[in-house]
Amino acid sequence: MSQWVINGIRTGIKTTAYPAKLETAAGVSPGLPVGGDYPANEIDSLISRCPTRVFSDSDGQIIADVRRCIHCYRCVRGIEHQVNWEQTYEWGTVRDGQHEFGQPFERSIHICVVDAGDCGACLNEVKQLNNPYYNMHRLGFFITPSPRHADVLLVVGPVTDHMKFALKKVYDAMPTPKRVVAVGACALSGGVFAESFVCAKGVADVLPVDVEVPGNPAPPLAILHGLLVAVGRKAPASWAIQTNPVKA
Amino acid sequence: MNCTELKREIDQRWPGQVQCRSDAGSPCEVTCARAALPELCGRLFLEWNFSFAGLIVEEGATEWQLRYCFYGEREAGWVHLLATAPLAEKTFPSIVKFVHAADWHEREAEDLFGLNFEGHPRLGDFILHDDAWQENVEPMRRHFDPKAAMLHRKPDADWHPHRVVQEPGAFVMPVGPKYSGVTESVHFLLETVGEDVIRSTPRLFYKWRAIEKLAEGKTADEVLLLAERFAATTAFAHGLAYCQAVENICAAKIPERARILRVFLAELERLRQHAGAIQEICESTALVVANSQAGILEEDLLRISGELTGHRYLFGLLALGGLLCDLPNDTCTKALKQSQQALKQLNELEKHLRVSSSFLDRLEEVGIVALRDATVYGLLGPIARASGLVRDLRRAQPYLGYENFQFDVPSEQEGDGYARLRILFAEARQSVRIMEQAVAALPSGSVREPIQLRAGAALGWVEAPRGGAFHWVRLDENGKVARYRIVPPSFANWHGFHLSVEKFAFQDFPIMLSTFDLSVAENDR
Repeated sequence: MSQWVINGIRTGIKTTAYPAKLETAAGVSPGLPVGGDYPANEIDSLISRCPTRVFSDSDGQIIADVRRCIHCYRCVRGIEHQVNWEQTYEWGTVRDGQHEFGQPFERSIHICVVDAGDCGACLNEVKQLNNPYYNMHRLGFFITPSPRHADVLLVVGPVTDHMKFALKKVYDAMPTPKRVVAVGACALSGGVFAESFVCAKGVADVLPVDVEVPGNPAPPLAILHGLLVAVGRKAPASWAIQTNPVKA
Repeated sequence: MNCTELKREIDQRWPGQVQCRSDAGSPCEVTCARAALPELCGRLFLEWNFSFAGLIVEEGATEWQLRYCFYGEREAGWVHLLATAPLAEKTFPSIVKFVHAADWHEREAEDLFGLNFEGHPRLGDFILHDDAWQENVEPMRRHFDPKAAMLHRKPDADWHPHRVVQEPGAFVMPVGPKYSGVTESVHFLLETVGEDVIRSTPRLFYKWRAIEKLAEGKTADEVLLLAERFAATTAFAHGLAYCQAVENICAAKIPERARILRVFLAELERLRQHAGAIQEICESTALVVANSQAGILEEDLLRISGELTGHRYLFGLLALGGLLCDLPNDTCTKALKQSQQALKQLNELEKHLRVSSSFLDRLEEVGIVALRDATVYGLLGPIARASGLVRDLRRAQPYLGYENFQFDVPSEQEGDGYARLRILFAEARQSVRIMEQAVAALPSGSVREPIQLRAGAALGWVEAPRGGAFHWVRLDENGKVARYRIVPPSFANWHGFHLSVEKFAFQDFPIMLSTFDLSVAENDR
C-alpha cells in the first residue's frame, strides 16, 4: 500500500491557482462567441447560419446571446468572416440581476447535482471538479447525494418530461434558503433539444433559477465560477446578457 | 458464409417464401414472409454466427417496413431482413425466442409505434413510463400530435413495478433516478431477500429526449448537431456514424486527409473515454490515490482534445463530406506526443493497480458475464470482449480504411470486473498505436468535399468507445431527414447489465455498474 503514498507525493500539486489567479493552461475552455463589429452585408447570413439563434443585429453590431451557444463553430469554421471568439471561462451570471444571496451562502456550501436529461458532457465536467486539477473541496464546495443536506441545487440538462417530477421533488426536499444553479446551454435554453415535445426549454421553465452558467458543455472552471458567484466570492460575468426571443 | 452461400441456403430451406437481393457494396437484402421471420433470424444469429445490429421500423405511405440488421465477420457482410405489412395490420411475430438481443428493440417498437409482437413475453411500460403516459400514445407515428397527447394525458395511477423475485420475504429496493453524487438519472429496482441482490432491473428512459422524432423533417446538417450532442461523452463516434450513413446514401467519398484525421480523432476519443471509465472504476472501489491519478489523466486528455480541436468533447469538427476545419500537422503531432505521455502514465497506473490486493479483491470474480450470456444478449464493445465475445466493427466490417491500420483487438475470458478493466487498459494502448500510424500517414490536401444530397436510406456504423453504434438515416427528395434511428451500444449493454448483478452483495453494486461503463444519455436518446 505504501506505493500509493509514494505515488501520490511524487505526482506533486496539480491544482489550479484559480480563483486566486487566472488559469492559463491550454484546453480548459472551448470559449464563446462575443459580439462586436461585423461586415454589414453579411450579418443576415450569419444570423441564419447559427442553428440556435445566438446572434442578433443591433445597428450594424452583432450581439451574441451566449446562453444559447452550442459550440457548433458554424460561425468561425468554414466561413469567410469569423465572429470574435473569446477563450474565457468566467461565465457565471446571475439571473434577474439579483446579486446578494445572503449570509447563509458565504461559507462552505453543499451541492446536490441533478441530471435532468443531460447528454453526459456537463455532468462529466461537474465530475471533473473533484479531480486534483480543480479540487473544489479546497473552496468549501461539497457534493452531497441528499437534497436534505444541500444549499445549492445544480441542474444540468433541458429537463425532460420524465425527470420533471423528480427534479421538483428534489427541490422541495431541500431546506430553505436554497439556490438553483443551471449549468449548460440545455439547462439555460433547451439547447438543441428545445423543440422536442418531451423537453422543457431549460430549468427556468420548472424552477426559479438564480445562477446561470452557459457552455455546451460548461467547462469545469466556468462551473466553478458559477458556484463562486452563487456564494458571492466572485463577481458575475461582466458581459451584458442579451436574451434573444426563443424560437417558436 | 457470404451472401451467395446465404442465398443458396435460404432458397433451399424456405423455397418461395424468401427473396434475396444483393448488389456489390450494399447489404444483402432479404425480403421474407412474416411467418418465416423468427426462424430465419434465429438461424442467422444462432447458427451462422451473425450479430444483431438492430431493428429499424419505418412507417411508409401504405405499409410498415421492419428491417432486422445483422452483420458477420468481413466477407459475411451485412444482411438486412425485411418484413412488410399493411399499416392497418400491426402484428408481427416476435423473434426474441431465437434472438434475445432483439428483446428491447421490440419493446421500443411497441411503445413508440404501437406495433404488436406476437409471442413477446413482456411488452408495455418501457420508453414511455406508464406512470406518466397512458398506453397507445405512439409518438413515432407520422400523424402523432404532441399537443393533443399532452392534453389528453392519462397516467396509470395504479402502475407498480414488475417484480421477478417471488420468494417469501422478498422486497424491492428502489434506487434513483436521483441517487449518489454526480450520476446520470436512472432508476434501479434491486430485488432482494435480505443481504444479496437477486435481480436488478434498470428502469431507463428518464432522459428520453425523443431525438429520433426531433430529427424528422430537419436538414441533414441540423441532424448532425443532434447526433453529436445526444450522448456527448462519445460525441465524435456518434457524429461519425451519422455522417457515414449520409455519405453512404450519397455515395460520397471523403478526402484522404479527412479520413485519416477522423481515425485520429475517433481514437483520441476512445482513449479519453477509457481513461474516464478507469477513473470511475477506481472511484467505485474507493482507492483514493488511484482515483486522483486516473482523474488527472482524464482531465489531461480532455485538455489535449481541447487544445487540438478547440472543444474538449470534439464538437463542431465533423461535417458531411469530411471535416469542418483542418487540423495542422504539427498540432496533431503535439497531441500525439501528449497522448503518448498520458498513455505512459496510464500504463504506470495499471502496473500499480495489478498488485493492489485490496483493489483486486473488489473486482475479481465480481459481476461475471459468461460468454454464452454475452452472445445471447448481443453485448457489445469492451464488455463483450472481456467475456470472450470478440467482435470489433473496425475489424469485422471496417470503415474509414481501418483494415489498413495495424492493431489488435484485446480479449479476455473471465468476464468479471477485472477482465473488463484490463480490456480498457489494453484498448487504450491500441488506440495510441492507431493514432501513431494515423499521424505518420497524414496526407496533405483538403478536408472537405461538398456533398450532393439525394433521396435514399443507409446504415452508418462505428465502433464507438462503448461498442458498436448503428445509425440508420433516410433522406427524402429535399435532403431532409425522413427517418433517423440510433442504435447505441449502451442500449444492448444495459439490456445485459442485470446478468452481472445476480446474487451479489449490495456493496458490490457500484463496482459492477462502473465496470460496465454504461451511458444513460446514449441509451435514452
